[in-house]
Amino acid sequence: MSEMSDLYQELILDHKRNPRNFRDMPDATRAVDGHNPLCGDQLRLFVKVADGRVEDVSFIGVGCAISVASASMLTEAVRGKTVEEAQRLFAEMHDLLTSDHPHTDPAELGSLGALAGVHEYPMRVKCATLSWHTLDTALTGDEESVTTE
Amino acid sequence: MSAAVLSTPTGSWDVERVRRDFPVLGQQVHGHPLAYLDNAATTQKPQTVVEALDHYYHHDNSNVHRGVHALAERATRDFEGARESVRRFINARSTREIVFLRGTTEAINLVASSFGQGLREGDEVILTAMEHHANIVPWQLLRERTGIVLRVVPITPSGELDLDALPGLFGPRTRLLALTHASNALGTINPVESIIKAAHEHEVPVLLDGAQAVPHLRVDVQALDCDFYAFSGHKLFGPTGIGVLYGRERLLEAMPPYQGGGEMIRTVSFEKTTFAGLPHRFEAGTPDIAGAIGLGRAIEYLESLDWEGAMAHEARLLDHATERLQAVPGLRIIGQAHEKVPLVSFVMDDVHPHDMGTILDHRGLAVRAGHHCAMPVMTFYRVPATSRASMAFYNTFDEIDRLAEALRYAREMLA
Repeated sequence: MSEMSDLYQELILDHKRNPRNFRDMPDATRAVDGHNPLCGDQLRLFVKVADGRVEDVSFIGVGCAISVASASMLTEAVRGKTVEEAQRLFAEMHDLLTSDHPHTDPAELGSLGALAGVHEYPMRVKCATLSWHTLDTALTGDEESVTTE
Repeated sequence: MSAAVLSTPTGSWDVERVRRDFPVLGQQVHGHPLAYLDNAATTQKPQTVVEALDHYYHHDNSNVHRGVHALAERATRDFEGARESVRRFINARSTREIVFLRGTTEAINLVASSFGQGLREGDEVILTAMEHHANIVPWQLLRERTGIVLRVVPITPSGELDLDALPGLFGPRTRLLALTHASNALGTINPVESIIKAAHEHEVPVLLDGAQAVPHLRVDVQALDCDFYAFSGHKLFGPTGIGVLYGRERLLEAMPPYQGGGEMIRTVSFEKTTFAGLPHRFEAGTPDIAGAIGLGRAIEYLESLDWEGAMAHEARLLDHATERLQAVPGLRIIGQAHEKVPLVSFVMDDVHPHDMGTILDHRGLAVRAGHHCAMPVMTFYRVPATSRASMAFYNTFDEIDRLAEALRYAREMLA
């Protein structure tokens, strides 16, 4: 079992204490609700897409440190990317967090790599993936909400 | 350990001796001794219960109530012997009033389904705001089928039932009051004797959800004068998959069968089937024979303990936990009723219960984080979830102190 500090890295705690882009977005092109019924985590993710590019992304909601930090880091990582790049990032994060033998190298993901430790905590993986699934739906699906079940 | 802890009175209860009956408690988790504080979710099983299951499958495995061979006789004798143990434990008048089911949830579903068949559109069932989902959803399903009306006794900020509201909820169409004996999310022990009296004055029968009460209180269904009492074996130091519905014989006799099949019939032809008598009429199919025998053994084990000593120990654990946790900065206890079973539900500023659960687990402390299948309670307190430390007679003061220390650490780390 890894150390507690591998999961709650300083970078993650910083995002938890001061979530970035934590705001409503009245002019969003898509707003999707993400819900983890197991622990009650609930967030709403906003994206503004123009010309195939994510011009702005933000979120509001309540959740545990991992889900809030993951959503906060997502907004920083995705802003300015094309929709294709953002979807590729979703796929890489999904691989990193959920597969036993990920192909994705956390070192290449920049600060998002800090979330890699979540993989050691199977009960917590959904906390980290919630915002990413919500993003995926915001970019590609037409549902209004996502749950982790 | 501080001097104050060493001088904490332990009475005559020998907790270390009792812990030896539960080998599972002796393990290390993440390099720390396990402190199992999730007893409201399920209790651990004493060695004697594990041995009863093992013995049954090694020696006596057979179907019950059919076959005349030796194994069938032994299995039937022990299965029905377990029913007698349950009857004695809750002081029912007769084993005809003891129905074996999968657990509390199925027991309440049976009443909602079978007793519920006698209800008509506009009839009313009273619930309370502190019910587990198992005592809400079956009644909502019945409402969808028949159009009954659900009325809800509200709760006060301290987590007690607002009994001033109760008289106004009884009406000419009230058919049942279904409430929890003790709340799994708050710990509150409800004053069920006076509630049952009030209900009976209106000729309303009462169902008690006893899942959280039977492990901690002496339950006497005749003294309570309740009409139905539901509980689970696995929260009473017995196996999962087995539970009990006590029903007043007069009521059970009048109720239609719950499920159809073998075991519950007397004769079957394609024209007409006659049903078996109580309690088998409500036990279609092969039951969880080993589970029932295991539950019977768990009850025998409990009867072998100094029950008063165990209860006194639990009361001291609750006092100790309440005092220690209240002193943790930023911590708020949810549910401060006057009478509680030994559990403490709490939230901490800036620390989500899920993070809390992970941090505590890392120190070998098993607690529950979540909505505890009581989402209306969470809504009332405006919290998404709570952490819950729930104790049994085998827990120690040292485990509580470790919990309090870990909570301080969690706050330092995350807040």
